[in-house]
Amino acid sequence: MTLDTAVFFVSAIVAVFGATMMIVQRNPVASVLYLIVSLVAQAVLYIQLGTVFMAAVLVIVYAGAILVLFLFVIMLLNLRGQEDLSDNSQPLSRLTKYFVSGLLFVELWFAVKSGLIGDVGGRGVTGEFPDTFGSVEQIAVVLFTKYLYPFELTSVLILAAIVGAVVIARRERDDLPISASEVADRSIADEVKG
Amino acid sequence: MVPITLYLTVGAVLFGIGVVGVLICRNMIVMFMSIELMLNAANLVLIAFARALRVPDGQAFVFLVLTVAAAEAAVGLAMVITLYRNRETVNIDRFNFMKW
Repeated sequence: MTLDTAVFFVSAIVAVFGATMMIVQRNPVASVLYLIVSLVAQAVLYIQLGTVFMAAVLVIVYAGAILVLFLFVIMLLNLRGQEDLSDNSQPLSRLTKYFVSGLLFVELWFAVKSGLIGDVGGRGVTGEFPDTFGSVEQIAVVLFTKYLYPFELTSVLILAAIVGAVVIARRERDDLPISASEVADRSIADEVKG
Repeated sequence: MVPITLYLTVGAVLFGIGVVGVLICRNMIVMFMSIELMLNAANLVLIAFARALRVPDGQAFVFLVLTVAAAEAAVGLAMVITLYRNRETVNIDRFNFMKW
């Protein structure tokens, strides 16, 4: 077994292990940490494929920003996994869930194995690669020429996401904490009533 | 040399785990993380094909997918906060008030 293969198998196993632990954990904080483990292993796979820049982006943006946002929300809501969230659906529907996901996986696996992807299937993807592959320059050139419009459209998407997040998470007017003058008004009203 | 099929298999396994997570988890936040995992599995496959075909396009797609994932996480977590404020729970079974 060459070093290539060893690195691949170790990081693939760590990625799958992290993902599995993520969905079986009770405590959401532990889930987030296992997902970070899985993402770092996937970043190793990216590096092995020669896309160093995307590996850095994966670690910085995903593990560093998106998952910290998840942690932030979990800690804001003070979730410690004490609530019983076990799957209490019917045994038949539970079986169907596993069956459907298994079927999906088998379908994907057959698509890979049966040569549907053509002559690409036989190619090795690690080892030597052209120097420019995966460089920032190469990604920038393709992103700002061929895919300029999709790239610009993502800015609209992000703007919509910002506005949406602010609007959705905003408190309604009537559950704002009551102000001091309102407290005074209410105590006067109570006195009058009393 | 590791053949591309192994990378695609890892992508398929991670996607399958993501689907299982969405279907069996009752915790809304873990469901969101499973969706992120599925997006990542797709990213891995895109990168593997970009490498096998020696074209940079796959990496540009991954870039766009990351943006979509970030936007989705922001809006989704805002929804989680609002729902938690109203129901004091993250159990997805409790949020069936829009069920017909």
